[in-house]
Amino acid sequence: MNYFPDEVVEHVFDFVTSHKDRNAISLVCKSWYKIERYSRQKVFIGNCYATNPERLLRRFPCLKSLTLKGKPHFADFNLVPHEWGGFVQPWIEALARSRVGLEELRLKRMVVTDESLELLSRSFVNFKSLVLVSCEGFTTDGLASIAANCRHLRDLDLQENEIDDHRGQWLSCFPDTCTTLVTLNFACLEGETNLVALERLVARSPNLKSLKLNRAVPLDALARLMSCAPQMVDLGVGSYENDPDSESYLKLQAAIKKCTSLRSLSGFLEAAPHCLSAFHPICHNLTSLNLSYAAEIHGSHLIKLIQHCKKLQRLWILDSIGDKGLEVVASTCKELQELRVFPSDLVGGGNTAVTEEGLVAISAGCPKLHSILYFCQQMTNAALVTVAKNCPNFIRFRLCILEPNKPDHVTSQPLDEGFGAIVKACKNLRRLSLSGLLTDQVFLYIGMYANQLEMLSIAFAGDTDKGMLYVLNGCKKMKKLEIRDSPFGDTALLADVSKYETMRSLWMSSCEVTLSGCKRLAEKAPWLNVEIINETDNNRMEENGHEGRQKVDKLYLYRTVVGTRMDAPPFVWIL
Amino acid sequence: MITELEMGKGESELELGLGLSLGGGTAAKIGGKSGGGAWGERGRLLTAKDFPSVGSKRAADSASHAGSSPPRSSSQVVGWPPIGSHRMNSLVNNQATKSAREEEEADKKKVNDDHQPKDVTKKVNGKVQLGFIKVNMDGVAIGRKVDLNAHSSYENLAQTLEDMFFRTNPGTIGLTGQFTKPLRLLDGSSEFVLTYEDKEGDWMLVGDVPWRMFITSVKRLRVMKTSEANGLAARHQEPKERQRNQPA
Repeated sequence: MNYFPDEVVEHVFDFVTSHKDRNAISLVCKSWYKIERYSRQKVFIGNCYATNPERLLRRFPCLKSLTLKGKPHFADFNLVPHEWGGFVQPWIEALARSRVGLEELRLKRMVVTDESLELLSRSFVNFKSLVLVSCEGFTTDGLASIAANCRHLRDLDLQENEIDDHRGQWLSCFPDTCTTLVTLNFACLEGETNLVALERLVARSPNLKSLKLNRAVPLDALARLMSCAPQMVDLGVGSYENDPDSESYLKLQAAIKKCTSLRSLSGFLEAAPHCLSAFHPICHNLTSLNLSYAAEIHGSHLIKLIQHCKKLQRLWILDSIGDKGLEVVASTCKELQELRVFPSDLVGGGNTAVTEEGLVAISAGCPKLHSILYFCQQMTNAALVTVAKNCPNFIRFRLCILEPNKPDHVTSQPLDEGFGAIVKACKNLRRLSLSGLLTDQVFLYIGMYANQLEMLSIAFAGDTDKGMLYVLNGCKKMKKLEIRDSPFGDTALLADVSKYETMRSLWMSSCEVTLSGCKRLAEKAPWLNVEIINETDNNRMEENGHEGRQKVDKLYLYRTVVGTRMDAPPFVWIL
Repeated sequence: MITELEMGKGESELELGLGLSLGGGTAAKIGGKSGGGAWGERGRLLTAKDFPSVGSKRAADSASHAGSSPPRSSSQVVGWPPIGSHRMNSLVNNQATKSAREEEEADKKKVNDDHQPKDVTKKVNGKVQLGFIKVNMDGVAIGRKVDLNAHSSYENLAQTLEDMFFRTNPGTIGLTGQFTKPLRLLDGSSEFVLTYEDKEGDWMLVGDVPWRMFITSVKRLRVMKTSEANGLAARHQEPKERQRNQPA
């Protein structure tokens, strides 16, 4: 390869698109490193504090697409205080100053302000794609800047963000000349929507393939929207309540029949179940169905809909479907690859909830299943062993038994053997979430068998430090380890400090690690940021130290090449 | 901190207990955990109809006055079950809607002879909005969030806000550090007054309407300097009068 001119090598590299592969290429030799960095267009940064904008731009001056992730995963469950960090502003400022030709920005769990969005919209002439997932800190005014200033906007995709809704005029900020939209997702907006502006926008966007509406868009508007966008591939229905005999409903039925390209359906944020039948004619084409927000639709209506969806590959649903419903899924959806079953009722027994039987049925009926997230009331080792036998191809296995520490409900044993069977059989397992009653034994199995495991979530599990040690010593590919309410302490934390250099991050909350343990770790590993998040009082922690035997509430550590961050709030103590 | 939580038909039960139903006899192990652990730390009082309070660091009481099966302990631990907050808010809203609707139907069946106006929250649209809302305070750059769901009255809410913004605790963000006396956000006698933005986008003085009506229409809160809230009468003087104010 070294005898080829750089342009040829670069051309070859163009075919290498995955981040992992490109990172590997850059390590081969200096010449390849150089060629690779000038030709790299898409950069993925899994932890925004692992590096900084200056280093990013120095290494990849030709970058066009940037993905950034901010807060740790447990921020999704309110375990990370709002002011912790993850600000995108410095990144956008640096990118704007450098005049890099940014076209795409994808952010997850970051703090985004209207100022950031305004700057973004004004700084990059070719900006095309904005994807914000679980972000916060901005309002619809920020969206208005994006709409108004990004002349070639293709994607505006807002997934589960917290957006302050100043009520609806941002949609009118798209100029009449804007006809390039391909994706428009504003399902997470809580306020009113300017329906006229929306309809005109959709009507002048012939490339629009993905449209996800918020709950303020009623059924009659949906009918009109679908009529002027029959090319739709991915639809998120907003509000879906109407009288089934009305004219709007008939219009909707007609519009739906014309949408022969529709492959993905979601939303139904407010839904009257008896209207679902309008969608039956296109169900046979659907590959993705997300009804996980449709709390008002009962099991029987869900089942009727799903019976038409023979090509379904991805299904997100509420547990109101029940075990019987999952059996229908198992017998109908033979192409199913990903299933998520969310709880619909957190208070009180919930006799419509799903159990281990539903999970077993799915594993038996869906041979292509590789990703599952399953919330349930109860589980048994026997069921998990059966699931492992049926589905050795799991890549992601996340089981959440709602009651912490709940044992096998038949034998009252811990669920060690069940999860052990899963990790032993599923050789490609990359992500695992545990729940139920678990001892150190399950971690022995994980350390022994889960060779490809990259992300592990532990809650209320284990007996001693040995548990955590099994994992740290055994799982060579571990990248993200997050632990809460488990009895792991300093011994496990400090056993192999160099391990953390191979991992992206470690989170430990309500465990047994002490302040002095964390301090020792920070001393041994200056290339780590060791953050103590203590919402009560870090100063008091120091005073009452008693040689730092005080337990640490929340510990978050991550490798970084740029040292301590400067934007940490007072309750975050970086050792 | 022990708070009284009122949900449902206005009954309040004071029951303090830490009988969380843990499987496998591991209660002792859990109880021995670090200071940040959610179990067995502080008591929180609630009735059988309580919803999960995701943001609180208090271990909840599990006793139920209705004598039905104890509430799931999964709903009493902070950040558990691991459902994203966006989804959790939607879930809580839906459950509230369901029970509001059930109550509405139950009420309709009752024969009502007296002409007392019914609780408007159920009448208007049957939807009760719960969950976390933002609180900002004048002069403080970073806001907070408070779970309306976890409060039963204006006094309750005011107490929480006072704790959030005026604790003289250096670790607390957003504090002014000056005030050590109780704030009295509700009676107009202090330097600050509590206002809220309603569904129509107007800024209103907190406290005029019944609590249940308030929580259906409030979108966010603002602790405003009394000097800025010009013309807003002190509550005890003119409880009925209110003025609309756009924040500066």
